[in-house]
Amino acid sequence: MTTAWVPCDAAAVALGADAVADAIAAAGLTVRRNGSRGMLWLEPLVELETERGRVGYGNITEAEVGPLLDGALDHTARCVGVVDEHEWLTRQHRVTFARVGVVEPTDLAAYREHGGLRGLQRALALTPEEVVAEVTTSGLRGRGGAGFPAGIKWETVRTAAADVKFVCCNADEGDSGTFADRMLIEGDPFTLVEGMTIAAVAVGATEGYVYLRSEYPHAVRTLRRAIDIAYAHGLLGESVLGSGRRFDLDVRVGAGAYICGEETSMLESLEGRRGEVRAKPPIPALEGLFGRPTVVNNVLTLGAVPMVLADGGEAYAGLGVGRSRGTQVFQLAGNVARGGVVEADFGVSLGELVEGFGEGTASGRPVKAVQVGGPLGAYLPPHRFDLPMDYEAFAEAGAMIGHGGVVVWDDSLDASVMARFAMEFCAKESCGKCTPCRIGSTRGVEVLDRIRASTDDGVRRTQLVLLEDLCTTMAKGSLCAMGGLTPMPVRSALEHFPEDFGVRPDDAHDAASAIPRSATVTTEGARP
Amino acid sequence: MRQRGPHPAPAPAPADPERAASVQSIAEQLSTVRGPLLPVLHEVVATHGHVTDDDVRVVAEVLNLSRADVHGVVTFYSDLRRTPAPAHRVALCRGEACQSRGAEALFAAATDRWAGLRDVEVAEVFCLGLCAIGPSGTVDGTLHAALTPERLDDLSGPWFR
Repeated sequence: MTTAWVPCDAAAVALGADAVADAIAAAGLTVRRNGSRGMLWLEPLVELETERGRVGYGNITEAEVGPLLDGALDHTARCVGVVDEHEWLTRQHRVTFARVGVVEPTDLAAYREHGGLRGLQRALALTPEEVVAEVTTSGLRGRGGAGFPAGIKWETVRTAAADVKFVCCNADEGDSGTFADRMLIEGDPFTLVEGMTIAAVAVGATEGYVYLRSEYPHAVRTLRRAIDIAYAHGLLGESVLGSGRRFDLDVRVGAGAYICGEETSMLESLEGRRGEVRAKPPIPALEGLFGRPTVVNNVLTLGAVPMVLADGGEAYAGLGVGRSRGTQVFQLAGNVARGGVVEADFGVSLGELVEGFGEGTASGRPVKAVQVGGPLGAYLPPHRFDLPMDYEAFAEAGAMIGHGGVVVWDDSLDASVMARFAMEFCAKESCGKCTPCRIGSTRGVEVLDRIRASTDDGVRRTQLVLLEDLCTTMAKGSLCAMGGLTPMPVRSALEHFPEDFGVRPDDAHDAASAIPRSATVTTEGARP
Repeated sequence: MRQRGPHPAPAPAPADPERAASVQSIAEQLSTVRGPLLPVLHEVVATHGHVTDDDVRVVAEVLNLSRADVHGVVTFYSDLRRTPAPAHRVALCRGEACQSRGAEALFAAATDRWAGLRDVEVAEVFCLGLCAIGPSGTVDGTLHAALTPERLDDLSGPWFR
């Protein structure tokens, strides 16, 4: 027993993993730093190499390193057994996250050993058309939230003529409740590098940028180190793996603006401007970064690409349900007993995630609601836990999967507070370019304050009509998803938890249907 | 760019010539990358702690941008602070996931704890990507999860001894 694995993932580090690693090294063991296995409730999860495999010990503190190495924790609940055999992992289907937590993040040799670079090698042997065709066949859709088919986007960029084309990775993972981008970059950055290189080969791009948020300094460091190593091994640069094709990759760090996760705003920011949203069209695939054809994809989209190419588009398309193909990396967050990363085929039910994997709330109280898809996603009550994780099924339920984040709330939740928070957040983080989002969000806070403070049913009813009208205006009139989707948490909170607003369920429903003519319908003139 | 009159007023001399020279050298070094403004401003904040009006003038000059352009960018991004950094900074996440684990009470406790102290800044941040182990935050730049008011007391214990 000479080697111990201690995660270097920011989540483990934030819970004291560095001190644990130092203490283990001081005791004479070899310490290797892996990414996180995604079982965040166990962090720091120390793994000791044994004949049986890597045996894990959860929630290890610096002071417990002595007892840990003496074997005093071996037959206690703190020992979780061989980590690879843990039911949390064996019930998942790890594709994009296959190597995260297993290898040292910037060990290129281990990356190859665990199947890395097979996708890129195959892509280099195919024509660009064939590479794009594989991605189209796979049914891979944008994991950032919009779910746009990646193959169609790539084909648009591939067939566009330009002096230079770009591949941009959107790693501005600002949604609360999501952390898969961060964990992939910190745990297995070469997967992203490989995915972006394949995209570049497919569309004929020579330069790539990863727009990474400043709130993720560990990810910035790891990715920069990985890129340096990739250059040193000819994976990036003048001739990618000796193919004669050039691809340069750089990391750009955001500066604390949530809106820069919106793709056109991110492009503005990359160009060195205020992160204000651009009107579409033109679409970025034709006029993106510096006006050139640009692939903009999320970390998880590009992270799925190496596997799509390595095993073929058909294999990836064989996973999932309906038009949601492949796997999604779900993130269990908030007040959840067992939070972390669950990669599963699309179609797994929301309840299986929250109760099967998450085992309910951390506080031990009943689950009142979950918010799926980040700050702009809907609040859903437990009676909707039968919903399959599928883009279309969620859209039909007035919700969205978004980036796959699931935030769990116990019964202390006041949904009206969170509806107000959604508007407040939008007011704070709006780029200000379009009126529905910039002004509507502030008016939304005011209307919700009046509803929450009202003791008069008549006043409340009037304000509910106003709120619904405002939501319609924002949803239909905003330039981007920020203003367009802020009504989603507001409306879903009101729909499922009207009592939190002091409203009888029927009133909420009546208010929604009491709007004679929406402000967005102008054929009969402006609203009175 | 149009200018009023044949002789534009010369820019006032910077208050701190040494700093101006440093900012100029930062801007010049990074001026060849694509879209250099954000990398330059990040570096100015990393080196000098914040961005002043003089810095804006120097950066604009080197990158051949208008001062308005640079000012607009500086004021858009919350990381590009325009006041000197305090001796200690506590940034707490107020995102939904942390709120579901008591972030609002923690934030209130922290603002009360350090109210009126100029040397400590309590700031809000929206998501540090530690959403399953909140409430999370940074204390003088170091990440911490599962924060409580008591833990903040421990971490800030050595500050004013």
